Amino acid sequence: MMPSLLQTSLLQRLLQGRGLAQIVALLVILAVDRAVSPQFFDLRMQDGRLFGSLIDVLNRGAPVALLALGMVLVIATRGIDLSVGAVMAISGAIAASLADAHGLPLALAAALGTGLLCGLWNGFLVAVLGIQPIVATLILMVAGRGVAQLITEGRIVTFTAPDLVWLGNGAVLGVPAPVAVVLGMLIVTGAVVRGSALGLLIEATGGNARASELAGIGTRGMILAVYVWCGLCAALAGVIAAADIMGADANNAGLWLELDAILAVVIGGTSLFGGRFSLVLAMVGALIIQAMNTGILLSGYPPEFNLVVKAAVVLIVLLLQSPRFADAGAVLGRARQ
Amino acid sequence: MTSKAFLVATALVAITLSLPATAAELTVGFSQIGSESGWRAAETSVSKSEATKRKVTLKIADAQQKQENQIKAIRSFIAQGVDAIFLAPVVSSGWDAVLKEAKEAKIPVVLLDRDIDPSGKELYLTAVTSDSVHEGAVAGEWLAKAVAGKACNVVELQGTVGASVATNRKKGFDSVVAKNANLKVVRSQTGDFTRAKGKEVMESFIKAEGGGKTICAVYAHNDDMMVGAIQAMKEAGLKPGKDILTVSIDAVPDIFKAIAAGEANATVELTPNMAGPALDAIMAFKAKGTVPPKWIQTESKLYTAADDPQKIYDSKKGLGY
Repeated sequence: MMPSLLQTSLLQRLLQGRGLAQIVALLVILAVDRAVSPQFFDLRMQDGRLFGSLIDVLNRGAPVALLALGMVLVIATRGIDLSVGAVMAISGAIAASLADAHGLPLALAAALGTGLLCGLWNGFLVAVLGIQPIVATLILMVAGRGVAQLITEGRIVTFTAPDLVWLGNGAVLGVPAPVAVVLGMLIVTGAVVRGSALGLLIEATGGNARASELAGIGTRGMILAVYVWCGLCAALAGVIAAADIMGADANNAGLWLELDAILAVVIGGTSLFGGRFSLVLAMVGALIIQAMNTGILLSGYPPEFNLVVKAAVVLIVLLLQSPRFADAGAVLGRARQ
Repeated sequence: MTSKAFLVATALVAITLSLPATAAELTVGFSQIGSESGWRAAETSVSKSEATKRKVTLKIADAQQKQENQIKAIRSFIAQGVDAIFLAPVVSSGWDAVLKEAKEAKIPVVLLDRDIDPSGKELYLTAVTSDSVHEGAVAGEWLAKAVAGKACNVVELQGTVGASVATNRKKGFDSVVAKNANLKVVRSQTGDFTRAKGKEVMESFIKAEGGGKTICAVYAHNDDMMVGAIQAMKEAGLKPGKDILTVSIDAVPDIFKAIAAGEANATVELTPNMAGPALDAIMAFKAKGTVPPKWIQTESKLYTAADDPQKIYDSKKGLGY
């Protein structure tokens, strides 16, 4: 029932023209990927798991998609969370350190619990102490990686616990486990925020916190809740990233991924000024980023071009969404006539 | 880790200071960069054991990646009147003033692991470093020998774009490829020296090269990327070490685990033992006045399954990698 609810809202927005730019951009990038790599859409089963470049896009995009899922709500309240990459490193380190000796349930509970605590800390700084989000979350961004390095003692902590490894390399009906986790989280998040008035309240908080407060919305609670959810999503992403390489690399896990997550949200058409958001389009944003990354890897271009290509594509996608750019295009078109 | 290593180092300094220096002939101050990587931690622990082996008192100061801390440490070593100073420089420039102070105090300075800019060449006794171009060449030569003239398509996992180690390891490998017409690097991408990126890049290489069927060997600029690549190959139903040969650089413990399991073929060691040759040079210099060459190149040793990888894994595991 809930998925159908998501579908209708997506359909409605598509009909209104919102999201069209993102979907078109994704399709164009996939078409380019197909052009540089003819086997791009080939799929086969390998050890009970779908195998192919398209699956790579979904699978490799999973951590950023999870981060974006939390980030989009934070940004909808006019906030930002720079600490998600560091939270990934912490939760991955905790899961990896505990998995072999204590089993998955405890490792997962500890990792996700830490993510919740990190989110609570950020939320406390922003909602209760009123510190600007970019500064408040910068604290954990810097300190968090140090915490992760303390946990791993600077080494890559490896583990062999099969149930944790499954989270990275397993499959549900052929779908890689990380992708299944993202889908699950998307459905849960969508059901909670769009299945109730919560999404509207979050948007109201972002649109005008003071007016919302006066209208009786518990804006503090809203802000606290979105940071906590963001922390949880980041922790889950960290566990998946660790499970993927069967080890926790505190120096590199989630490094700069907060920027990819913010980018995914922005590409998904959510304004950094808050007040409106789209979960599904944030996911499309994450897919656009990963489809581009995978395409670059498949193309065989020298790695020196990676970032340049990425920057150019992002610029084009954002220009496509810009109303001023569309207006300017229309004006130019008329001038020519 | 950093602060823990720092605590350990401080504790060590405290202990060594409290002991009368009768047992040790020499006292050496070592300004270490920090512990940014497992290799660095291993270098610190090997330095300690090499010093103990030679009955040298080693005072280690952890600079936490800051040049100013290193300069402070060197000044304090000079004030303490140590017999020699080891410096693993965090950057290549800005050392002239403090090295001149050491020279005036007649304390020889040995650079470990990294070199500094040419203007300061006369300010230090010698530099003990590995040659990363040579490392790449050793890796390439192993592969050339392993395929024995058969045509071989190689995919390369580069280090971080712009890092000098990555550029040099590529250069060394390419020089061997240029000499062997049967070797051909068909794909080369950066894996940023990390496991996760190594795995992701290898996944795309496998897809782009017909499911990995046309790949004969993987060359990775470090072992961590290779560990990731091995996972990618296994998940694609390939047998790394058999279907696809592997050669990488660094010799970290985990690659020996893979070699022992038959999933990796070879690794070239970037030895964490820079202090050993440096101590030998200093002891000869102090005892007989032997001036060492300006550059002492460490050995880039090749390890394969023939070298009892399990035993090496066990011995390396405790070094802090």
